Amino acid sequence: MPRKLPETDVVLVGFGWTAAILAQELTQAGLRVLALERGGWRDTPTHFPPTVAPDELRFYWRKEMFQDNARETLTFRNNTGQMALPMRRWGSFLPGEGVGGAGVHWNGQTYRFLPSDFEAASHNVKRYGPLADGLTVQDYGVTYDELEPHFDRFEKLCGIGGVAGNLNGDIQASGNRFEGWRSSNYPNPPMEMTFAQHRFAEAAQALGHRPYPAPSANMSRPYVNPLGVQLGPCSYCGFCEKYGCGNYSKASPQTTILPVLMQHPNFTLKTHNEVLHITRDSTGRRATGVVHVDLEGETYEQPAQIVILCAYQLHNTRLMMLSGIGEIYDPRTGEGLLGKNYCYQVVSSVDVFYEDKFTNQFAGAGALGMMIDEFNGDNFDHAGLGFIGGGYIACWTTNARPIETHRTPEGTPEWGSAWKKAVAENFLKSTSISTHGASMAHAANHLDLDPTYKDVHGRPLMRMTYDFTANDRAMTAHLTEQARRIGERMGGREIRVKPRQGPYDSMPYQTTHNTGGTIMGSNPANSVVNRYLQSWEVPNLFVMGAGVFPQNAGYNPTGTVAALTYWAAEAIKTRYLRDPGPLVRI
Amino acid sequence: MRGFGITSVILAAATVAASPATLAQDTSFAQLERGRYGVITGNCQACHTARGEEPFAGARPMETPFGVIYTPNITFERETGLGQWTREDFWQAMHNGRSRDGSQLYPAFPYPHFTRMPREEVDAIYDYLSTLPQVKKEKPENDLPFPLNIRLAVKGWNMLFFDPGPFEPDPGKSEAWNRGAYLVHGPGHCAGCHSEKNLLGADKESGDLRGGRLEHWSAPNIRGGENGGLADWSHEDIVEFLQTGRNRHSAAFSSMAEVIAYSTQHMCEKDLQAIALYLKSLDDEPRDQPDAPDEAVMTAGQSIYADNCSACHTSDGSGVPRFFAPLAGSGKVRNPDATTVIRVILEGARSVPTNARPTPLSMPAFGWKLDDSQIAAVATYIRNSWDNASGAISAGDVEALRQQLAE
Amino acid sequence: MGTMLASPAFARTIAGLPWSPAQTSTPQSLVGQHFLTAAEKHCLDALTGRLIPSDEYGPGAPEAGVTTFIDRQLAGFFGRGDRWYMQAPFRDGIPGQGYQSEHAPAQLYRRALASLDAFCRATFGGRLYAELETEAQDELLRQMEAGDLSLEGVSAETFFGLLWENTIEGFFCDPLYGGNRDMVGWKLVGFPGARYDYRDVLDHNGAPVRLEPVGLMGGPQWRVD
Repeated sequence: MPRKLPETDVVLVGFGWTAAILAQELTQAGLRVLALERGGWRDTPTHFPPTVAPDELRFYWRKEMFQDNARETLTFRNNTGQMALPMRRWGSFLPGEGVGGAGVHWNGQTYRFLPSDFEAASHNVKRYGPLADGLTVQDYGVTYDELEPHFDRFEKLCGIGGVAGNLNGDIQASGNRFEGWRSSNYPNPPMEMTFAQHRFAEAAQALGHRPYPAPSANMSRPYVNPLGVQLGPCSYCGFCEKYGCGNYSKASPQTTILPVLMQHPNFTLKTHNEVLHITRDSTGRRATGVVHVDLEGETYEQPAQIVILCAYQLHNTRLMMLSGIGEIYDPRTGEGLLGKNYCYQVVSSVDVFYEDKFTNQFAGAGALGMMIDEFNGDNFDHAGLGFIGGGYIACWTTNARPIETHRTPEGTPEWGSAWKKAVAENFLKSTSISTHGASMAHAANHLDLDPTYKDVHGRPLMRMTYDFTANDRAMTAHLTEQARRIGERMGGREIRVKPRQGPYDSMPYQTTHNTGGTIMGSNPANSVVNRYLQSWEVPNLFVMGAGVFPQNAGYNPTGTVAALTYWAAEAIKTRYLRDPGPLVRI
Repeated sequence: MRGFGITSVILAAATVAASPATLAQDTSFAQLERGRYGVITGNCQACHTARGEEPFAGARPMETPFGVIYTPNITFERETGLGQWTREDFWQAMHNGRSRDGSQLYPAFPYPHFTRMPREEVDAIYDYLSTLPQVKKEKPENDLPFPLNIRLAVKGWNMLFFDPGPFEPDPGKSEAWNRGAYLVHGPGHCAGCHSEKNLLGADKESGDLRGGRLEHWSAPNIRGGENGGLADWSHEDIVEFLQTGRNRHSAAFSSMAEVIAYSTQHMCEKDLQAIALYLKSLDDEPRDQPDAPDEAVMTAGQSIYADNCSACHTSDGSGVPRFFAPLAGSGKVRNPDATTVIRVILEGARSVPTNARPTPLSMPAFGWKLDDSQIAAVATYIRNSWDNASGAISAGDVEALRQQLAE
Repeated sequence: MGTMLASPAFARTIAGLPWSPAQTSTPQSLVGQHFLTAAEKHCLDALTGRLIPSDEYGPGAPEAGVTTFIDRQLAGFFGRGDRWYMQAPFRDGIPGQGYQSEHAPAQLYRRALASLDAFCRATFGGRLYAELETEAQDELLRQMEAGDLSLEGVSAETFFGLLWENTIEGFFCDPLYGGNRDMVGWKLVGFPGARYDYRDVLDHNGAPVRLEPVGLMGGPQWRVD
């Protein structure tokens, strides 16, 4: 029997970005908030200071920053005709574990989804007619206009550096003219660009595109955020994604919220406590709290008035499944919503090799890049292209960590003397153009529980069934071709096109942008949560994170995840607390 | 909020028990406010609170050069605190360093400074303390070697070094200057750390503020006039430092962090201005120019600095003011006593989080990574680069401090 | 390595922002730890020496200490698969499902190296892999990579994948782990190492930036003579 603990007002499951934002908002509203994190405490000066941070083997290849696969993983297959097997170690994506979650090891590329991304179904149907067979794309149920103030808050919290492209409807020449209107400029200027970005911008311009500096959560100057928390200037060390930042210069829960939140008397954080399931009363319509377990195997029942899932998208979805809340999606019948519309990101690249120019890409940062948006979302006419959606094309200089990043030209052998020579010759003289495209929801791609494999507690693992769709393939081919055209004009000796082809492979790292599974929407028949991220079935249960995206967009998700969190927090504070119950009545 | 058990923060209510002592109190708002502010200026909470435990209940170990002294419980709990103390008892302690039973208090309790406080101020503190939540908490036995464990010995110390009596204003100076001098030498007891101690633990020259050393830290010279340690700090720099824990020159950590956390950040700006005015009036003797350090050591030190320090302190030593301390021109770096510089490199340091600046930006420890000669080289480099010229540090200095800290 | 962080393995409530002086979560170099036998190391030297050979461009994997690196890694949590999901059942998957061997890395190496030498002895007149001509060694590696070589009790393709991964790791990792000895891997490509500040060189505009590499524990330039 779990030991019953005293009740709290709000229990947060997991303690990364969304939990930190909610805890700050809800403690300020006078609520007692408890966060349960299954990983440990982590902070800059002790766990990833500059004295230890630039260590490629330890943090990435030995995966110190990420969730422990030995305790729990997921199984994967491309389609229902295959047997799903466990991902015995992480590859294609890297869920975080410990305080700050993946918000500690992200790159810092911070976007607002395009206005049309939130209306992907109605917008595309209106412009291009019915969606292709199998696409289960739908609208978010919340609009860009509604989220704008919340995007703004997150950008100011993080000190995002960038250039506005649309200030209250006025298009700005040096920013992204395709972006939704913004009520104010970025709080910081863009990062300092290097050689590769300049070449990319020239080439893109020559092709008629309008390159702009990528919005960055790596600080372009010292910054004090609205909570009074200080972030240092980025030193362009090239150890962002997969690493913690040692000098307080990448926005994370630790560097933006925790100094204030951790002093708040209404806030409690328990680490090394993993939530096993959500408890409900006899009606099933009300969550009564959660059951969690510590490292010694002691279990606890934590009663709460409000339960909010703030873990990673995969874990929130699985926790709903393990708690029996909602019907799990079945691709054969199309019935069930939990686990539906799992989406990912479709990426490709074009490497550029110079003969006598040095890119010196060790001097870089996670969100140091120039990019174009001409092929993102519905910024271009898709008529006759055979797909909807799109993505951005960017030239990043993020790192020269040599175990991971050692580009070789086309035709180089995979090992041996010739490989060694090619690596030596091109290491400092190459760069890469990335395409980063939307993955559109499809009836065949989904998450459910694995019938065979179990976690350390004996519970079923999540099973992922995913492959790139015809829409994805057409989209990425189109983007890759645009990137190739830019790459050819960047003044290099040669390029190497690396298209995304073949079945989705769960091993090579692509992005940690997994979405869907607990999707949001306009009514209980099409979604797990309503437009305020509140469970339709259990109104005192909320679900944060990219799991609520009905389908992914071309941009990286963090900015939109955070804006949705602020949006939900506001609904809880201003409406739910006054009248606890469904915030949307059908 | 309907049907919803939301609690807001309930501040622990002060329980005031009716003891003989409390009957004789003035508990008017004005009096308690005066006492509360007096407690802030005297930084009572920092020493009289064990880490993470009830405020003012004492039992915090104070390391002195002679042994460990535990601070007493100053809540008005009857058995273990001041519950049986009268106002007169309290005055005797604050003014003369005498305990209720007539025995001498150890001068780790800064009565040689508190003696400058007027009777009304001390009474107000007494009245305020009497309203705090009472906590029953015994303090551990002090760990002092003979003969210091005999309180009688302190009597002799007093005869030599103790000069009781309230602060006497200098009529030739402004009211603000005198207020500053009073705060610095009275309740603020700044000389407790910032003045050199003699072999018997007394402030030399009765608190010259030329810097001191205690608990393996070197506290810098805080004279603000010509040649003083704070010569290049403006009046506003001093106020900002005491208010927010940092300014364009430096950030507070260790003991000074506590002073700012519990005391100065809560003081009114007018008083901080007065302190700044006073400190800025204190000139000092010019320092001797030390010999230039060995070239090879400076070369190694520069490499170590570039690879380990520049990410925060920047390659030109200018740092990021208010974020990462500038080293060029830093009083801590230039301090003739390099204990703090070496210690911060060995152990790291955490800048004080304050209400104004809540981020405890921290320097990591290097003691595990750099050996004694490398720490000596990089310390020598920062002490003798840019416009700093403060002399070399030897590997032996580092080794000695490493050993002392390990003990 | 110096102080290891006393990391509490128990659940706890965190108050404020915990910080203590002299506490750092330091890397585990695994120096002095061994898993491989002399014969296994001999074979591994030969294998990694073909993957990254010593040639006119500089030292290869054996000279960079890759075998030492792999030996230490196999003796630690990586070799034991402590952070991998190693629950049964084990089945052959499609390539996109990644590593599916029932053997954690250390045991996979042990079996693969033994099988490879046994195969060589049987096929090449009693000679071990390390004793073959380089052409024959390369050919065997190519067959392993392509999955065309069948080794007793272990997938040659899986082994090749892991071996190549660990060889690159050992060639380019921080020298504190035993590989990349004298930073030869970093010197080969021009990686400046474990630095944390490149602001001064950002405006290189395509010109070379020459910086001596430095490891987490330093380099010759930190030496005080």
